[in-house]
Amino acid sequence: MSKPVLEILGLHKKFKEIEVLKGVDLEMEPGDVVSVIGSSGSGKTTMLRCVNLLEDFEQGSIRIDGEEIGYTAAPQRRRRKESEIARQRSMTGMVFQQFNLFPHLSALGNVTLGLTKVKQLPKAEATAIAERWLERVGMAERRNHYPGQLSGGQQQRVAIARAIAMNPKVMLFDEVTSALDPELVNEVLNVIKSLAADGMTMLLVTHEMKFAYEVSRRVVFMNQGRIEEQGAPEAVFHNPQSKRLADFLKNAKF
Amino acid sequence: MLDFTRFFVEIYPARWAILEGVGMTLVISFLSIVLGTILGIGVALSLVYGGRVQRFAVRAFLEYVRGTPVFVLILACYYLLSQLVQLTPFQAGLIALTVFCSSHVGENLRGALLALPRGQTEAAKAIGLTFRQTFVYVLAPQALRQALPAWINTASELVKASTLLSVIGVVELMLTTRQIIARNFMSLEFYCLAGIIYFLISFSIERLGRRVERRIALPS
Ligand SMILES: Nc1ncnc2c1ncn2[C@@H]1O[C@H](COP(=O)(O)OP(=O)(O)OP(=O)(O)O)[C@@H](O)[C@H]1O
Ligand SMILES: [Mg+2]
Repeated sequence: MSKPVLEILGLHKKFKEIEVLKGVDLEMEPGDVVSVIGSSGSGKTTMLRCVNLLEDFEQGSIRIDGEEIGYTAAPQRRRRKESEIARQRSMTGMVFQQFNLFPHLSALGNVTLGLTKVKQLPKAEATAIAERWLERVGMAERRNHYPGQLSGGQQQRVAIARAIAMNPKVMLFDEVTSALDPELVNEVLNVIKSLAADGMTMLLVTHEMKFAYEVSRRVVFMNQGRIEEQGAPEAVFHNPQSKRLADFLKNAKF
Repeated sequence: MLDFTRFFVEIYPARWAILEGVGMTLVISFLSIVLGTILGIGVALSLVYGGRVQRFAVRAFLEYVRGTPVFVLILACYYLLSQLVQLTPFQAGLIALTVFCSSHVGENLRGALLALPRGQTEAAKAIGLTFRQTFVYVLAPQALRQALPAWINTASELVKASTLLSVIGVVELMLTTRQIIARNFMSLEFYCLAGIIYFLISFSIERLGRRVERRIALPS
C-alpha cells in the first residue's frame, strides 16, 4: 500500500449553529478516483471546499502528502498564515460548477496566471505548459479566445486545464457538468475520464451516476454530513447496504 | 445681441489670458482626477476589505463629503484648512476637488468590486494566488472596466466643478472670463465662449473615454 495523498480525519464543519459536516473520514491513495454522491445539502460541496481551504473548519484535520493543511497540528490548532494557506491551496486543483474563468483573460491567460504568479515560472515556460494542457483538453486552437467567446463545455475544459496545469496532488471537481447544456456534458466528462486513465488523483462530486460508475475506483455516499457508505462502484450501485443509499439510488438518474 | 465685430477685436488682447485660464482648468482638473482616483482606490479598498473601525471611519468621511456641496467643500478647504496650514488658493482648491473626486471614485469602485461574482475570488484563491495577487490580477482589472463609464462621468463633473474655484481666486477659465468681462463688459459673448470651451473639454473627455472603453472591452 502506498502512502495516502489525501487524508481527511474527523472533519467537522458548522455554518453558524448548523453542523454541516459531522465527522468525515476519507483517505485517497495516489491515482485514486473517488466519486462522492449524495442528496442535495448532504455536505459534498462543503467537504471539497474544506479540502481546498475555501472554508474554515472547526475540528478534524486534512493532510495532503502528509502535510497538515489549513491549521497547525493539534493541540495548538491555529489557522495558518494567508501566504501559507495560499501555497497549500495550490496543492489541490479545484474545478467549479460555474467554471469561474477569469473573463478578462484569454484561455491561455487563464492557465498561465497561476504558473507565472504562484509558481513564478518564466513566461515562456508557463506558456509551454499551458499550451500542453490546453491541447490535452482539446482547446489548443482556441487558446486566444476569451471566456465570453467560448461555450460552457469549452469554458469548463479550460477551467480544468487551469487547475491541472498547477500540477496539484489532488484534483477536486464539484458537479462540473451540472451547469452545462446536455449536449456539452460528454466533452467534459471525456476529458475527466482521460485524466483519470492517466493516473491523476481525483475527488469528484457528481450527479452523473453512470459516469461515477465508469470512472471511479471508489464511490462514497454522503448523507447528512457523514459518509454513510462507500466501496467499489459495483458494490455501491448494485448492492447498497443502507436503506438511505438504496432510496437515493432509486431516485437518481443514470 | 452678440456683437461679433467687437468680440473679435476684444478677444485678441485677451487671447493669452484665456489660454492660461484653460491651462489652469485642465491642470487642476487633471491633477485632482489623478490624485482623487488614487485616494478613491484607497477609499474603496477600505470599504470592501477594511476592518470595522476603518470601514466606519471611511464611510463617515464619504457620507460627509457626498452630503456637502462641492462649493462648501472648496470654501471649507480654503478658509478652515488654511487655519491649520498655509495654503495657496491652488492648493486648497486641489485638495477640495481631490476629496470630491475620491468620494465618487471610491463609491463607484466599491460597487464594482462588490458586484464581482464571488466565484472569481474563489477561483483565484484555488490556484494559490494570495489576497494581494487576487486583487491585482483578477479583481481590479474587472472592477476597473466596470467602473470606467462612471469614472469618465466623474472626470467631466470635476471639470465643471473646477469653475467654483474662481471664488477662492484660482485663476482658471471662469475667473479669467470674469476678469476679461470686467474690462470690456462683453459678458454675453465671453460667457458664451467659456461655455463652448467647457463643452469642448467635457466632450473630449467623453469621446476619449468611450474610445478607451471600446478598446478594453472584452471580446464576446
Ligand atoms: N455559506 C453557507 N452558509 C450557510 N449554510 C451553508 C453555506 N453553504 C452551504 N450551506 C449549507 O450546508 C449544507 C450542505 O451544503 P453543500 O453545498 O455542501 O451540499 P451539497 O451536498 O453540495 O448539495 P448539492 O447537491 O445541492 O450541491 C446545506 O444545508 C447548505 O444549506
Ligand atoms: Mg454542491
